[in-house]
Amino acid sequence: MAELTTLREGIAELIHDGDTVALEGFTHLIPTLAGHEIIRQARRDLTLVRMTPDLVYDQMIGMGVAGKLVFSWGGNPGVGSLHRMRDAVENGWPVPLKVDEHSHAGMANRYVAGASRLPFAVLRGYRGNDLAASTDTIATITCPFTGDELSAVRAINPDVTVIHAQRADHDGNVQLWGIVGVQKEAALAASRVLVTVEEIVDRIEPRSDAILLPGWVVTAVAVVPGGAHPSYALGYTTRDNAFYREWDAISRDRETFTTWMTEHVLESAGAGR
Amino acid sequence: MSWSTDEMMTVAASRALVGATTCFVGIGLPSTAANLARRTSNPGLVLIYESGTIGAKPDVLPLSIGDGELVETADTVVAVPEIFNYWLQGGRCDVGFLGAAQIDRFANINTTSIDRGGDRPSLRLPGAGGAPEIAAHAGSVLIVVRHSPRVFVERLSFVTSVGFGSGPDDRKRLDLPGAGPRQVITDLGTLEPDPESCELTLTALHPGVAVDQVRDATGWPLRVADDVITTEAPTDGELAVLRDLQARTKEAHRARTD
Repeated sequence: MAELTTLREGIAELIHDGDTVALEGFTHLIPTLAGHEIIRQARRDLTLVRMTPDLVYDQMIGMGVAGKLVFSWGGNPGVGSLHRMRDAVENGWPVPLKVDEHSHAGMANRYVAGASRLPFAVLRGYRGNDLAASTDTIATITCPFTGDELSAVRAINPDVTVIHAQRADHDGNVQLWGIVGVQKEAALAASRVLVTVEEIVDRIEPRSDAILLPGWVVTAVAVVPGGAHPSYALGYTTRDNAFYREWDAISRDRETFTTWMTEHVLESAGAGR
Repeated sequence: MSWSTDEMMTVAASRALVGATTCFVGIGLPSTAANLARRTSNPGLVLIYESGTIGAKPDVLPLSIGDGELVETADTVVAVPEIFNYWLQGGRCDVGFLGAAQIDRFANINTTSIDRGGDRPSLRLPGAGGAPEIAAHAGSVLIVVRHSPRVFVERLSFVTSVGFGSGPDDRKRLDLPGAGPRQVITDLGTLEPDPESCELTLTALHPGVAVDQVRDATGWPLRVADDVITTEAPTDGELAVLRDLQARTKEAHRARTD
């Protein structure tokens, strides 16, 4: 059964320097405060994996946590670029950032292969574009039945996957619903799974539209209300669209960014959790 | 009613969705046009967002592809591997709607990085997202983008999503199931692939725009159709619906909700 823990202890125990870590969430249920705790604990040289790195990955990259990014779309949705990610890729600030870049379809299938404990997944993708030539995790494969040429993408098996969910019970069974993204696949592909939740309930009411991750596939659960902000947890919080817009100005400049991070993350009350 | 060139572009894009059953929608201009179409030219249009929301009927424009508004109004919500494998690769999307940072004469798209020349590092863009497979698998593709020589370029720095590759035979050679780009709709007019060469050709000018303006805004010698038509100006009805939608969106996104 999953251990109920604090965010601070959960990160301290499960995430180590050099690990491959996926903080997943497709716009919804993004584990932002878990990312902040990783920054406070000053992890280094992480390979960060996520289909849609947005603000929390911009913050982690800008604070020097990551050495590599595996992703398919890195931007501030509806607003523009991630300035810290750009600075790291273009100028190596604060540390150089290597990238392994895919399409969404490719990344989704890489997680499916990981969860299925297969070495690779197959799709009709990447044909004719320049992505395959820019990474060693895409290859061409011939179908043994039809002779069709298809693309193979290498499985992703993170050391740790971190997700945010609506709720869990005392045994660490986790329930999430709404846009469920690729979280089930990312969790089942990982060696260790840390889940932050809005609340712990005595009994989880079944919902037909929900995913349940049984406590026996989850390593640890921490209660972190509002842990997805500025993303949201459907039924609990709403998306703070205004903050996504504000982030553009905060993150554009190194000094403004560092000041903001010091005040809102490094010295924030979240450190006491 | 007077109108802006951006409004003309959005209205023209919404009209291009007449006859489509399902549309795989990207955020930004495509989402605005698709939501306008659902209120004007194609009320039954099924909007599919890559977040897994199928049949979303948002009341305001989403800022992201995963806004709560989309989930709460969707016919169903599926996981991300499913949306790409079963619904897009499975051939269930009539029209794919894309934007572009750079586009070339064969409607290939770059959203990855731009070479700035000299010793300067390449300009990093957000990346591929769902676009490469939308471009491959959607029944046909509509591209909405503002016209400028920095966008309409002779040569892409990086091919992220394939339109017609290097000419008419490439989609077949590459085994791309969809028909490829059908129209490129800009703030100046509409370009369509030539039926034989697949090269983008100016086929419609928006009202008040001259051919030379479009040539100047295109980074290659632009082909112009013999019978260029003038786009019908936005109607009062279309403008009223579009402006109402944008006003409600602005109001909704202003409310800070933490």
